[in-house]
Amino acid sequence: MDAFILSHVENGVMTLTLNRPERLNSFNDVMHQQLAECLKQAERDDTIRCLLMTGAGRGFCAGQDLNDRNVDPNGPAPDLGYSVETFYNPLVKRLAKLPKPVICAVNGVAAGAGATLALGCDIVIAARSANFVMAFSKLGLVPDCGGTWLLPRVTGRARAMALALLGDKLSAEQAQQWGMIWQVVDDAQLSDTAGQLARHLATQPTFGLGLIKQAINAAETNTLETQLDLERDFQRMAGRSADYREGVSAFMAKRQPQFSGK
Amino acid sequence: MSELLISQHQRVLRLTLNRPQARNALNNALLTQIAERLESAQQDSGIGAVVIAGNDTFFAAGADLQEMAEKDLPATLNDIRPRLWARIDAFSKPLIAAVNGYALGAGCELALLCDVVVAGENASFGLPEITLGIMPGAGGTQRLIRCVGKSLATQMVLTGKAISAQRAQQAGLVSDIHPVGLTVEYALKLAAHMAAHSPLALQAAKQALRQSQEVNLSAGLAQERQLFTLLSATDDRREGIAAFLAKRQPDFKGR
Repeated sequence: MDAFILSHVENGVMTLTLNRPERLNSFNDVMHQQLAECLKQAERDDTIRCLLMTGAGRGFCAGQDLNDRNVDPNGPAPDLGYSVETFYNPLVKRLAKLPKPVICAVNGVAAGAGATLALGCDIVIAARSANFVMAFSKLGLVPDCGGTWLLPRVTGRARAMALALLGDKLSAEQAQQWGMIWQVVDDAQLSDTAGQLARHLATQPTFGLGLIKQAINAAETNTLETQLDLERDFQRMAGRSADYREGVSAFMAKRQPQFSGK
Repeated sequence: MSELLISQHQRVLRLTLNRPQARNALNNALLTQIAERLESAQQDSGIGAVVIAGNDTFFAAGADLQEMAEKDLPATLNDIRPRLWARIDAFSKPLIAAVNGYALGAGCELALLCDVVVAGENASFGLPEITLGIMPGAGGTQRLIRCVGKSLATQMVLTGKAISAQRAQQAGLVSDIHPVGLTVEYALKLAAHMAAHSPLALQAAKQALRQSQEVNLSAGLAQERQLFTLLSATDDRREGIAAFLAKRQPDFKGR
């Protein structure tokens, strides 16, 4: 079977490379299934402490492969809700729930679900030549893979509306200026910068990082009062972690902490 | 290793379902142990409230299907199981379910039988009996509809699909949702809070709440008033009010 997802685990980092370069790494059902298998491993394996996603070849991901979407003008309408329900929604939820940092290295064009998937990762780094295209509206569709939830949150309503309604291309630099992504680096630097960041995060207090991620995600819908309760609960749990003890004793002894992730 | 772990935290008794290999399925032996423990807790004035929990992934994933499959109609007619459930239901002190993970079938029915359900974020509640060609047999069709309403209860019983902790809280099946790692701890705190109150007042209030499911409103109000009157004759009532007026902690004796 073709490996549409290349998976590589080293130094606590699982690197997942979307690998259909001739189709700009656009998604088909098999690719979704392979990605789901890799995520299952990332969820279960405690030695994996950071996830890094990137694309093979010149693009990051062109979203859904439209070759799988031949619409017969005389046939019944396709059920696009099916693939959203079966593949994209579970994928977005799993990445958001994963109690470890997910880094996205956007190496080239990110279009449609490819763009919204990338923007939904915890830390997004893009190559200077990369761009984001909310292509959905040009086909009569709606931004999925979390697009309509995410865009107003990362860009503000005015920009989200125009981006989604116009479907125009957005450069990586503009995306960074608007606060949609964390960092832009020169194309040649992308792989090293993202790899370095991932290896660093994989040595950090993973349990605590997982709680931070969950808390920030929960804040999107919580009231201040609920969020304060959540902070109390998470701090209670974090305070009982081995890494907190290690962090404090390393600080007192003025040495580098050795975090286990637990 | 025992299938029911027991520990006591001051005035709170904690029962932990511990059949991980069977996803904490509630067979007759386990239900019997729960009933026996609750009956001895009933007699023990050192225990004010009880928490029932499972593990992080399973509260209890149903009944023991092998046990059930062996029973034909006559054997089912004379099954001791309904009597085991009735013994658990007869417990008159506060009973709190701390549910992490799956509470399915009999596991969901056990949670429904408890006075309060607190849930972990990963909890799910369901009655999948219908998918096995049977139906809930220990209160699932009765207690669920009384707490979540007709439409959701019917949907759950007839599809067999489970609902999330959040949905269960919105519907009224669950009172609080906590991070998984804190569910039991917070349930114990809640139980300790209850257990600090007058035992007779707890018992009377629980009885009144239970009766609200049995009789019409005017009969319920009459019963409530009788129980209220009953408490007026207790030492604990005098102590409770005196302590409140004197701005001190009450010292309840259970009399």
